[in-house]
Amino acid sequence: MNAPARDMRGSAAGPVLSARDLHTWFELRQWGFLRVGSVRAVDGVNFDLQAGESVAFVGESGCGKSSLARTLLGLHQPTRGEVVFEGRPLGMLNSAERKAYLARVGFVQQDPYGALPPFMDVRRILHEPLIVHGVRNRAEREQRAQEALEEVRLSPAADFLSKFPHMLSGGQQQRVVIARALILRPKLIIADEPVSMLDASVRVEILQLLRSIQREHGLTLAFITHDLSTVRHFAERIFVMYAGRIVEQAEVNELLNHPQHPYTQALLAAISDPDPDNARHQREVPPGEPPSLLKPPDGCRFHPRCNRMIAGTCDRQDPPDFEPRTGHMTACWLYR
Amino acid sequence: MRPLLEGLRRIGRYPSALVGLAIILALVGTAVFTVVTIPYGQALELWRGGETWRMHPVNARPAWVDRIAGNNLPQTIIVSSDDAPITEEPFVGGKRLRIPLEFDFDYGGFPSELNLFLTSSHAEREPFVRLTWETPDGRQLNLGGRRPAREERVSISQDWELERRLGRVPHVGLFAAPGDDGPPEVLDGRYRLVLDAITFEEDARIGADLVVYGRVHGLAGTDHQRRDLMVALLWGIPVALAFGLIAAVGTTVTTLVIAAAGVWYGGWVDAVIQRLTEVNIILPMLPILVMVGTLYSTSIWVMLGVVIALGIFSAGIKMYRAMLLPIRESPYIEAARAYGAGNARIILRYMIPRILPVLIPTFVTLIPTFVFLEASLALLGLGDPVLPTWGKVMNDAQTQSALYHGFYYWVLSPAALLMLTGLGFAMLGFALDRIFNPRLRTM
Ligand SMILES: Nc1ncnc2c1ncn2[C@@H]1O[C@H](COP(=O)(O)OP(=O)(O)OP(=O)(O)O)[C@@H](O)[C@H]1O
Ligand SMILES: [Mg+2]
Repeated sequence: MNAPARDMRGSAAGPVLSARDLHTWFELRQWGFLRVGSVRAVDGVNFDLQAGESVAFVGESGCGKSSLARTLLGLHQPTRGEVVFEGRPLGMLNSAERKAYLARVGFVQQDPYGALPPFMDVRRILHEPLIVHGVRNRAEREQRAQEALEEVRLSPAADFLSKFPHMLSGGQQQRVVIARALILRPKLIIADEPVSMLDASVRVEILQLLRSIQREHGLTLAFITHDLSTVRHFAERIFVMYAGRIVEQAEVNELLNHPQHPYTQALLAAISDPDPDNARHQREVPPGEPPSLLKPPDGCRFHPRCNRMIAGTCDRQDPPDFEPRTGHMTACWLYR
Repeated sequence: MRPLLEGLRRIGRYPSALVGLAIILALVGTAVFTVVTIPYGQALELWRGGETWRMHPVNARPAWVDRIAGNNLPQTIIVSSDDAPITEEPFVGGKRLRIPLEFDFDYGGFPSELNLFLTSSHAEREPFVRLTWETPDGRQLNLGGRRPAREERVSISQDWELERRLGRVPHVGLFAAPGDDGPPEVLDGRYRLVLDAITFEEDARIGADLVVYGRVHGLAGTDHQRRDLMVALLWGIPVALAFGLIAAVGTTVTTLVIAAAGVWYGGWVDAVIQRLTEVNIILPMLPILVMVGTLYSTSIWVMLGVVIALGIFSAGIKMYRAMLLPIRESPYIEAARAYGAGNARIILRYMIPRILPVLIPTFVTLIPTFVFLEASLALLGLGDPVLPTWGKVMNDAQTQSALYHGFYYWVLSPAALLMLTGLGFAMLGFALDRIFNPRLRTM
């Protein structure tokens, strides 16, 4: 079904985007200058995204998914580690190259209405990135704006170009956001919960749209989601994040059918999946609160909530990545 | 920008906005007309006063006020020797001239003054002129003789000798019906001032202008220096509008950009802007302007500069900052950063336009406050030294105790124009507020 994408992923070109030991900490200050600690929103993340693949980042609220996305986009400066795009670390780019990088990465946000300037019409919204990237010719911009609208199935494009965001439905707004992300012809699209604020009826439509555009152009798609139940259809790989880290990663079916990390197992159990394969796994929601990112627990961050905690190990030592099944990585001492 | 235009198009639905707009357009039209018909240099020249105005009455009220009151007070009458039937009798070494200056006078009041302006083109020896006043009922009064210089003003009103003879000030006495008791009554009819002149040079010429000063003048009346107030009332319009508009644009634009830059960059930039604003807010504007005016210059440009400079770090910064702070965090700004928009673009194209609709009403209502400020400065005697403005008229009126003397027009007409300006902008501004602000809530 997704053979062409797999082919591309396997190509020798190397990863499109990689995170190497990525840390994004937000300093907390008191009275404007006293440091009282850091929020470790992203705390040691490593991954490679291959050309043409679609990956999903899942995890509970506040685990640092959006912070990771912003760091990948260069909106936050990483505290440590680096983001590598096509072999070049972002930190090494000069400002022109950094700008060129931004043209290669599209960004789709969660709240489509907020993501569109309310005082601009769709035409202006789509022209803006082109103007920023030096497309002087108005006719060319108009041409590309129309193409982008056709791409996101807003047609006839002419009808939408002169509309303002408040005249569009949520789904249409999100399509405009996607068109804007596509207009600079990126290689990679980062979508931060692209459908969570939309009406349930249009969610699948938008995800399918993203997926088909991604396949058509051989783009890499990294999307963040809460919703494990739809992930299967729209991603090839899943990264499970917990407290600023990736705790498990594998192919979609592999991960959903054989979750290894107790946190993933708990997550899957929490969604009442009618799939009988999942039904036999443990049912309990992870007990307790998500950990403080200001003072993460020692050892494995999940150990205070884990029902299979190994005393003396999990609460002392940070687990490295293990590979309990082929191509299936997890950071859990159970698989030592 | 399209919602802006959409909003402006909706002005049509608010009658008050249309009235306000009409007032503003009328003011602007008059301002343009004024600047075209009375060029800047000429206006300054006129307002400097002096001889230009010698044939205008002092403190005459507007003619239309008198018309409404039904008093039929006299207008100014100028009788020139150019139109008079002059009889000449040459003789060896000179000539004898008889210049009758005739006019009809039938008003419900006495003139305010009586002057004769003589011009003589003699080379060395002055001519001799004898003046005789003839009333409609045939009385003749000898007003004495003169040896006029090349230009001579014969102030008949201030002839103490004559005043003693008439028992009244000349411009009343000469026009009064005979009779000693009771208040004087105007004798209607044809008056004549006859000049019998002898020149002692054959080609010497004598010209004469008899000015019977009225008590009403034109649309606006005159002031204590005989200047037609119309000059100042008309020229006050472009000055007031320009001052208000430049000051409002200058302060709003700079304040907005600075507030947006502070919000966007945050950190020490924001801190410095905030502290400057806090200090500036507690500095009283008027005393500073008075100080600058007293110690440095009262030029309107200097004042404008100081007003703008003091207006930059005004309370507006706090207001704009409060409005811009949530916008700074809005996802569309994050999206713009994600496609590479630079700081200047984000401030000017993404943050400021967002609050522009709310500012338009504020901006419109800000204009008259600067107009009033300029007028207040002039009223305090710190008006531009040369420009004719409304504030200067009111300042003159005040120093001349206009209200005490009953010259209400002197104070009321500039005040009415100020109020009209305020009204126009306020009506438009409030309507714009109603147009743009409900929209903001849904944005
Ligand atoms: N700019 C920032 N300054 C300080 N702390 C921040 C900042 N951005 C995020 N955080 C903190 O970092 C942590 C992770 O936030 P993030 O938005 O990345 O979570 P998330 O996984 O996207 O959550 P959600 O699913 O609710 O969107 C949170 O505790 C948040 O308060
Ligand atoms: Mg998020």
